[in-house]
Amino acid sequence: MKTPKFLLPVATAGVLALTLSACGGGGGGGTTAGGGDAEAGLDGRGPITYVQGKDNSNVVRPLIAKWNAAHPNEKVTFKEQTDQADQQHDDLVQHFQAKDAGYDVVDVDVVWTAEFAAKGWLQPLKDKMAFDTSAMLKPTVDSGTYKGTLYAAPQTSDGALLYYRKDLVPTPPKTWDEMMSMCSIAKQNNIGCYGGQLSKYEGLTVNASEAINSAGGSVLDKDGKPSLNTAEAKAGLENLAKAYADGNIPKEGITFQEELSRQAFQSGKLLFLRNWPYVYNLATTEGSSAVKDKLGIAPIPGKDGPGASSLGGHNLAVSVYSKNKATALDFLKFMTSEETEKFYATQGSLAPVLGSLYTDAALVKKLPYLPVLKTSIENAVPRPVTPFYPAVTKAIQENAYSAIKGEKPVDSALSDMQKSIESAGAGS
Amino acid sequence: MATEVGPTPVKAPASGGAPIHHGPKGVGEDNKILSQGKWASWLLAPTIIALAVVIIYPIISAIVMSFQKDAGLDPATGLFTAGGPAGVQNYVNWIAQQCSAPAGGTVACPPGTLGAQFWSATATTFFFTVVTVAFETVLGFWMAMIMARAFKGRSLVRAAVLVPWAIPTAVTAKLWFFIFAFEGIANKLFNTSILWTGSEWPAKWAVVIADVWKTTPFMALLILAGLQMIPAEVYEAAKVDGATAWQRFRLITLPLVKPALMVAILFRTLDALRMFDLPYILTGGANNTTTLSILVINQIRQGFNAAAALSTITFIIIFLVAFIFVRFLGANVVEQSGATGKGKK
Amino acid sequence: MTAATSSATSLRAEQDRGRRKAQNKEKWAQGRTYISAAVILIWCLAPAYWMVVTAFREVGFTYDTSILPTHVTLDNFNTAFDTSFGNRFGQALLNSVFIGGVVTLVSLIIGVFAAYALARLNFRFKYMVLGFILGASMFPGVALITPLFQLFTNIGWMGSYQALIIPNISFVLPLTVYTMTSFFREMPWELEESARVDGCTQGQAFRKVIMPLAAPAIFTTAILAFISSWNEFLIASQLSSDATQPVTVAIANFAGAQPNQIPYTAIMAAGTIVTIPLVILVLVFQRKIVAGLTAGAVK
Repeated sequence: MKTPKFLLPVATAGVLALTLSACGGGGGGGTTAGGGDAEAGLDGRGPITYVQGKDNSNVVRPLIAKWNAAHPNEKVTFKEQTDQADQQHDDLVQHFQAKDAGYDVVDVDVVWTAEFAAKGWLQPLKDKMAFDTSAMLKPTVDSGTYKGTLYAAPQTSDGALLYYRKDLVPTPPKTWDEMMSMCSIAKQNNIGCYGGQLSKYEGLTVNASEAINSAGGSVLDKDGKPSLNTAEAKAGLENLAKAYADGNIPKEGITFQEELSRQAFQSGKLLFLRNWPYVYNLATTEGSSAVKDKLGIAPIPGKDGPGASSLGGHNLAVSVYSKNKATALDFLKFMTSEETEKFYATQGSLAPVLGSLYTDAALVKKLPYLPVLKTSIENAVPRPVTPFYPAVTKAIQENAYSAIKGEKPVDSALSDMQKSIESAGAGS
Repeated sequence: MATEVGPTPVKAPASGGAPIHHGPKGVGEDNKILSQGKWASWLLAPTIIALAVVIIYPIISAIVMSFQKDAGLDPATGLFTAGGPAGVQNYVNWIAQQCSAPAGGTVACPPGTLGAQFWSATATTFFFTVVTVAFETVLGFWMAMIMARAFKGRSLVRAAVLVPWAIPTAVTAKLWFFIFAFEGIANKLFNTSILWTGSEWPAKWAVVIADVWKTTPFMALLILAGLQMIPAEVYEAAKVDGATAWQRFRLITLPLVKPALMVAILFRTLDALRMFDLPYILTGGANNTTTLSILVINQIRQGFNAAAALSTITFIIIFLVAFIFVRFLGANVVEQSGATGKGKK
Repeated sequence: MTAATSSATSLRAEQDRGRRKAQNKEKWAQGRTYISAAVILIWCLAPAYWMVVTAFREVGFTYDTSILPTHVTLDNFNTAFDTSFGNRFGQALLNSVFIGGVVTLVSLIIGVFAAYALARLNFRFKYMVLGFILGASMFPGVALITPLFQLFTNIGWMGSYQALIIPNISFVLPLTVYTMTSFFREMPWELEESARVDGCTQGQAFRKVIMPLAAPAIFTTAILAFISSWNEFLIASQLSSDATQPVTVAIANFAGAQPNQIPYTAIMAAGTIVTIPLVILVLVFQRKIVAGLTAGAVK
């Protein structure tokens, strides 16, 4: 009675907080491999939930309806996340940390696969859970593989294309140097020469890795260690830095993300554009497009032939916390079947992972860029496969951005990149 | 009623420290405080409980985590294993900008790591806070003074002022991104070709402009409410006494609006120090626009325990700012309200 | 003015001039007010105008920079409300109104209690309580998500309305308490005393005398609380479900017809729709605010 009573709630809250934080178990990643979880529920059948980012073109719903009609006892519920990749990532992390059995099958961006696998959240697709990838394009399978084990089934892919103005450039360039030599054409026509995605965000990682891989270098070696102190890596990044310094990449190129670069190309202000296949449909159909009939597509240029595109796309994985893994595996197979892939390609313009579909006459008629895209994906290199991807991508963005803007010599940018990635891998 | 109450608000700020009179009814001071304390605890309990569950609990759990190491990779299995206790290492790493070295131990963080950005992010955060709050205070005051006047269309202006604020931040940021694009309307309207998001100062100003646009209404509205509490007679009296407009502003408006103004500035400052969405969407933190909150969320994706340490550091920085504010700039509702309470009882 | 000969008329002219000077000054002041008001309107509305113009543009002309509306279409609004792709914008609007309403109401009620205690009562640890309340708005919001997520998962609240409402209440409470405290200490509390002398209990005196006087401050605070909850995104993006998501999350869910395409026009349409209820709200409460304020000024 002598102590003011109002302190009571504070004290209660404090006790409550301490108890809860003990239960929370440090929430952040203190994870053991979850061996027990990976063995559990392998034969389980029953209703499951499929989690994916925004279903842009309404392709998932009809597929799930079809599945549910055929499997009345193993119905799939669709949980749709936002359209923002970062938020999808964070949402998955939250649910995995909470060991949520409600997220059975998850759609993961190719760059998250290694991180989630290393955290022990993804069910290895082997033994009872084995999944056949023989018909799929190799780079897409690599993107779902971590330390030699498949953790995620490739579902859709994406590769870079070089869009060019066929009214000004009769034959597309095969190499980077050839493309740069054609920039005089752009000058004569008073337009910018080349545009990619060089704003400081994930797109810059894609573009910078492409430049490095296309010149014969690599960001990480086979063991996942950084390998940027090489002449090839230097040549690759220098290509971008030099093009920006020379004005072959217009000065606003440093602000471009996918949409702004598409806009610049579509309004006739660029001779060459590096972008994803989605541009094709929009540039040929949108009312404001000035390049409707002048649009050519080619593989991105490399050192002496097609360049090494970064790989986009999504993989499907089964959560180790799922209780119905047998159903989940069947659903995985259903969602990557030839029929589904075809439906994805025709309805959603999503690039298939099955090599055979790229030569399917009916599909090519609908999506004329498919043969070129096949070349792109076959030559593609997955973005660095590493559980430290968030740190690696930041290291690339930060340093490539400075190098391209000329604020830092390419050499020291690469050595800083190397050191940053080493430091991330060293653990804290 | 009118005569009796008029001067009170003028008196209040002046009453400063000393209590005016105490319970004349002869009840012991201690007893009174006790019974009032009992009342107060009932009245305050809901607020305290709500804050404890949703805010204090996460803060405590973050502080606990900040003394743990982040998970490291087991080279044999390629799987993450729990990091164990870290002592104050996470804090030291941030403040000294030290990162793990491949050979063990720590080295100065190379550019490209988040650790290398701590002090620059702190500087950026303070820059944004000082500049945006200054602009918002001045503009907000001006808007409030206009809106307090009687003129036709006043309600239109009052509603219009709230429009920027009513648009969700996520939309605002996209809108300004769109406006500040190289081929966007801003460059077209002013016939410039500025790379708004492509170099340091334009990027910083882009963030400042967008933030000032968005949050000035908050200031304006709070100051307006303060202005409305000043009785018109006070101004009339000053006018009769021949005070100039500037004198009226400095000697009447400012002191009387001060409590409301200080609360507004205090909360805007706390908010600005935690600024996140706007620079995150507008510039992605490029060109030195990374704030502490952006650094926190980037770090959360790389390791939660180090992020918890950074959150705690941010919390301490903000706490110090708030302390200085309350202590030296008089944004103190306690002292003044305490005095009033004692005075009246 | 014609007869400047007689001294009487001259005097009248003098007075006239004086009056006209005063009138001119008045007019000039009025003119300045209108000019300032116009500047405020342009500053606040020009970017919003751009949002509306873009909202009415065809998707294919998203990046058009004509200042006047061109390629006008309602498609973007249809897209926003179209439910066939799983967008639940209409539902999300209702959710936002509901969440905002409850948050405002609850935080005002308990905030007024707390502010009354802080402004009117004497008790120990007042500084501590104020510091505690203020301290709650100092932690980076982004770092609150994970602990809250785990807390709500443990007690099975994930995706529920209360999981969105309670954090929002806590976010707006510090501001509510501080604003109300600072206003309360400006109140003429003598009135409360006299009401008590007239036989009211303290509660009655507070309700019947003080509350009406505090109305403008309360409405101002209510608007602050409502908009702040209306704008909240971070927590909602992680803790809401399809059925409970507020409008900010729904907008982030807008997707282009093609992957990578950012549907600016639809986002701007959604922004426009979201802004309208707020403007209506302000115009409705405008009366209340002004009425309350004038009452306050007269007293």
